[in-house]
Amino acid sequence: MDLSDQIAQYIVSGLSTGAIYALIGIGFAIIYNSTEIINFAQGELVMLGGMFALFFINFLHLPLPVAVLLAVASTTAVGVLFERLTIRPLKSATPLSLIIITIGGSILIRGIAMLVWGKDTHAIPSFSGTDPILIGTATILPQHLWIFALTVLAIAMNKLFFNYTITGKAMRACAVNKRAAGLVGIDVRKMVLFSFAISASLGSLAGIIVAPLTMTSYDVGIMLGLKGFCAAIIGGLSAGVGTVLGGLLLGVLESLGAGLISSGYKDAIAFIILLLILFIRPQGLFGKAETERV
Amino acid sequence: MKRFLSAVCITVAAVSCASLSIASPATIKIGALLSVTGPPSFLGEPERNSAKMVVDEINAKGGIKGKKLELVVYDTTGDATKAVQAANRLIKEDKVVAIIGPSTTGESMAVLPVAEKEQIPLISCAAGSKITDPVKRWVFKTAQNDGLAVAKIYEHLNRKKISKVAIITVSDGFGSSGREQLKANAAKFGIQIVEDSTYSPKDTDMTAQLTKIRASQAQAIICWGTNPGPAVIAKNVKQLGIKLPLFMSHGVSSKKFIELAGDAAEGIILPSGRVIVSDVLPSSDKQKKSLLAFVKDYKNHYKAEGDHFGGHAWDAVMLLKSAIERGGETPSQIRDQLEKTSNFAGIGGIFNYSTSDHSGLNKDAFVLVEIKNRDWALVK
Repeated sequence: MDLSDQIAQYIVSGLSTGAIYALIGIGFAIIYNSTEIINFAQGELVMLGGMFALFFINFLHLPLPVAVLLAVASTTAVGVLFERLTIRPLKSATPLSLIIITIGGSILIRGIAMLVWGKDTHAIPSFSGTDPILIGTATILPQHLWIFALTVLAIAMNKLFFNYTITGKAMRACAVNKRAAGLVGIDVRKMVLFSFAISASLGSLAGIIVAPLTMTSYDVGIMLGLKGFCAAIIGGLSAGVGTVLGGLLLGVLESLGAGLISSGYKDAIAFIILLLILFIRPQGLFGKAETERV
Repeated sequence: MKRFLSAVCITVAAVSCASLSIASPATIKIGALLSVTGPPSFLGEPERNSAKMVVDEINAKGGIKGKKLELVVYDTTGDATKAVQAANRLIKEDKVVAIIGPSTTGESMAVLPVAEKEQIPLISCAAGSKITDPVKRWVFKTAQNDGLAVAKIYEHLNRKKISKVAIITVSDGFGSSGREQLKANAAKFGIQIVEDSTYSPKDTDMTAQLTKIRASQAQAIICWGTNPGPAVIAKNVKQLGIKLPLFMSHGVSSKKFIELAGDAAEGIILPSGRVIVSDVLPSSDKQKKSLLAFVKDYKNHYKAEGDHFGGHAWDAVMLLKSAIERGGETPSQIRDQLEKTSNFAGIGGIFNYSTSDHSGLNKDAFVLVEIKNRDWALVK
């Protein structure tokens, strides 16, 4: 097997991991744009997606599509509840204290998940088998195709929602200028609630589609959340193509780094990129200095 | 009124202390430092359960030489600082005659100077070989050394005439200890490590490392880690269509691993303690009786499968019991008798302590098992 075959495999593996980072990253970006806070509980929502799916599939024995929908719905409910209980009651809190609250919230959610589902790792079945598929000289699993398809679908629907519906446009207006949006009659607080709902559903979707490959446990959210955050930062916290590219780039670089440089530095690569971006291009890799933040 | 209340409280406290100290000669107090919560709780929880279970059983049968055993458990949460504090508390306040635990190698290394200084026998439940190498006067251990598991795999490779291997180890204490042992023992067995890669405990995709291994000269892959990483690796190996034989460590010898890896677990070979295969062992096996008793009791008490980790604590309590039965119940008498333990068939293996060996086991403490039809099969 020569080097080009290896590199093909690194890239394919990286893209599939990157797609997950992208989905999680967009969740960060949507909430950031409507509230100017980084929701560090985003990773926990990813974890909850996987855990709810586990509950519906393995314990209630529901068919897969129903279980996935219910898991997304349950996590979205948790996201809405989270906003109601933590963000909304604080009328004039600074973004910094809200960010700290989200960190506290994430610890709480993780703790509850540990009590409910235990400390063990759990497996959920693949959506359609585990026979590898050959793409050129690289192999992927059917689950990876699901990841790509659902990620593309979720991102496309997001784009349509933000560009072509009144609610979506209202949310964009809030992102540009909250005060002005309020003055023209947009209910800003409702939009904030919506942003949490959308982020929670995207995050949970990521958690569900990745769980058959990576397994799930109460503490998977921390690392996935941080990687999603890196993706969002690379993309300049835009809830569109920037973060998607950021996620894919991160996944591919991690995979190439682990294969060609050293597997010991895999996580370090993500965080070195994060630091470099924050130092050199805080507006993101693809953004102009003034980005359209949606 | 307040003063009166506090006076009452003090009196009550004093009386209850007094009654305790009167009752104490009838009991033998042993301490346990276990990480019941925290990251290593997968070790500490079954250890605490097993220790409690076996102490209750001993007491139900009339105790040791007519005296009840009393077990004082402190949760160390995997934190070495807490373990040291709890050790001091066990020795100075609870006045225990011996300590079992801690659960992890890191905590054990931190606690053993305390045991040495206070001259209290300590039976660690952790695997790291440095705990008893070099030998410390007051410190023993029950978990099998990693090196023994490595030797078991390498022996098998020799039989199969495989000499080039790739290793993939997790970057935590368990994995780095395994990596050290794999590298240190390779030359002795004529094995060459052609690819040495690692992954971090929370990694979710190891195809990059495995792609590199696929491109190397390796004839077999040895993976060293605890769940869930090795299950991901097993799945990734299948995904990449790698046909090399895959070996795992004793870190995944639980049904949980088969459940997580699913079909990808088929054909994987690993060294394991005898607990998981207790029912298929030949009846000539010396440990079979202890193993079956442990597995059955654990299931009755906790509705869960007894595992190796619980076995380490079971062994520790039983070793103490037999030492106290043979000698006295002061710390130094217990220590002297522990060191004379021979042919004690426990859960982890057959223990033979001596002045030069406080780990007590040899490589026969492990058997090689293969995963077949989602169950364990002994490799002959």
